[in-house]
Amino acid sequence: MSIITKPAPKAGTRQAGPGRAGDKVFSGAALGAGVLIVVVLFAVAMFLVIQALPTFSAAPGDITGGKGFASYIFPIVVGTLIAAAIALVIATPIGIAVALFISHYAPRGMARGLGYVVDLLAAIPSVIYGAWGATFLAAQLKVPYQWLADNLGWIPIFGGPASGTGKTILTAGIVLAVMVLPIIASLAREIFLQAPMLHQEAALALGATRWEMIRMAVLPFARGGIISAVMLGLGRALGETMAVALVLSSGPLIASLIRSGNQTIAAEIALDFPEAFGLRLSELIAAGLVLFLITLLVNMVARWIISRHKEFSGAN
Amino acid sequence: MSKRIDVSDLNVYYSDFLAVEDVNITLDAKSVTAFIGPSGCGKSTFLRTLNRMHEVIPGARVEGKVLLDGDNLYADGVDPVTVRSQIGMVFQRPNPFPTMSIRDNVLAGVKLNSRRMPKSDADELVEKSLRGANLWNEVKDRLGKPGSGLSGGQQQRLCIARAIAVSPEVILMDEPCSALDPISTLAIEDLINELKDEYTVVIVTHNMQQAARVSDKTAFFNIAGTGKPGKLIEFAETATIFNNPSQKSTEDYVSGRFG
Ligand SMILES: Nc1ncnc2c1ncn2[C@@H]1O[C@H](COP(=O)(O)OP(=O)(O)O)[C@@H](O)[C@H]1O
Ligand SMILES: [Mg+2]
Repeated sequence: MSIITKPAPKAGTRQAGPGRAGDKVFSGAALGAGVLIVVVLFAVAMFLVIQALPTFSAAPGDITGGKGFASYIFPIVVGTLIAAAIALVIATPIGIAVALFISHYAPRGMARGLGYVVDLLAAIPSVIYGAWGATFLAAQLKVPYQWLADNLGWIPIFGGPASGTGKTILTAGIVLAVMVLPIIASLAREIFLQAPMLHQEAALALGATRWEMIRMAVLPFARGGIISAVMLGLGRALGETMAVALVLSSGPLIASLIRSGNQTIAAEIALDFPEAFGLRLSELIAAGLVLFLITLLVNMVARWIISRHKEFSGAN
Repeated sequence: MSKRIDVSDLNVYYSDFLAVEDVNITLDAKSVTAFIGPSGCGKSTFLRTLNRMHEVIPGARVEGKVLLDGDNLYADGVDPVTVRSQIGMVFQRPNPFPTMSIRDNVLAGVKLNSRRMPKSDADELVEKSLRGANLWNEVKDRLGKPGSGLSGGQQQRLCIARAIAVSPEVILMDEPCSALDPISTLAIEDLINELKDEYTVVIVTHNMQQAARVSDKTAFFNIAGTGKPGKLIEFAETATIFNNPSQKSTEDYVSGRFG
């Protein structure tokens, strides 16, 4: 640190004035921005808590469902987690594979083209994905769902009767997967491209094939970055409102992924918020608070996973 | 465990740029050959053709033959992966895998070839390789710690241990001491002297005293100007190159008049 802050003797006379003023302005601005973020976050959290309070003090019978907030929120928390889990299970391996293909396998021209396409996909608004999922994908999935119900129906998650519209939590999860895929792929690609050439060459020089080289020198280096990319994807999947609201024909919590039913927090809020008032409004805000906490928890777990391997991260 | 290399009519390209032209040279088994020459003359480029690492760079290609005890490394159907597992390489900057422990670094190459190795065999190999790299005594108590926690010189010896753990025929070193302090440099030079009992060693160095100290034969490369290809100017016993070179440019270079 002292090397950076101590002015070099020669530069001292010439640059000290403007350089120091610039430093002060910048550190002031940085501090201000930092404080602002904390204040805004705190204000949002306070707002949510205050607005949600009536829900927690209300009589259980007055809450939607009539059995208190916990039994109201539980099914939609589970629904949210199921949809997000489906999305990640599908999108993580594909996203990593796409990223690796772009960074380490595709010829240069093709890699650039694919990179653009992936970035473009990430920029498509969610309502477009939702419309596509509701009108096209759901219809395409009716037959496969019927097949699953007929052949694998003994597994609870594929229990029949299959939805006649295809608008199920599985469809919503798939649409979410398509939405988070470009996020994961594009972040993972950036990280794979930064894997040090030094170590990749070390692996190749030992007689590693390209895939072995990737396993030795690219994936371990990218581990933390991949987790961050997946977490960002998860953030989007958890908070996605429009796509799920359009694609899912919601209902009570059920184990089967191929029947209509289930609901996510974000979609519930989006669908009911416009007509909500009074206690119902407070309930929805409390639900939002729960979503906020889930996201926070997920991020903390991710940070913990990343920090656990610091010693071997190559940062030292 | 040590083979001769014969190079004939070798041209090395980066896309359309001819970086090294028409090299013919024989590198003896169980000896140390040094490559010297001004920077940019193609020493590293040429060295990397000897284990087919050159072609890792997009657009890079090679014409000519490199024979390892008579077998052409560039013949059709030869897998560069096999070539590289027989010809080890040590780089200019020490590059142990930062995500692996010291032990796993040593075993990294071996694990590629034989998936499962009994722990006792692995322990033995780790000790033998680290002893071979004169590093055992310094790290034997912290084999599970990351390799990146070692000093630069220790890291470089770890890389040498990693290279010899796979029992290569040849070890290529590209300025292995240029990022190290004088004491670590001496340690590596001592090690090179020991390595030639078992391996064919080729070392690129910009340090002429180092070439004089460690090598049996020395090859001098030069370049006519920027954008021109590098060429092998003279190749002879190290003593001859430094005391009685036959080419004027070799004499100018070793006497420090340029480069
Ligand atoms: N990756 C590369 N792409 C294109 N040209 C390269 C590359 N690496 C080296 N060169 C060129 O090849 C020539 C030889 O370089 P190099 O082998 O690194 O020389 P030396 O190791 O003797 O200093 C130089 O002109 C250099 O600019
Ligand atoms: Mg070089």
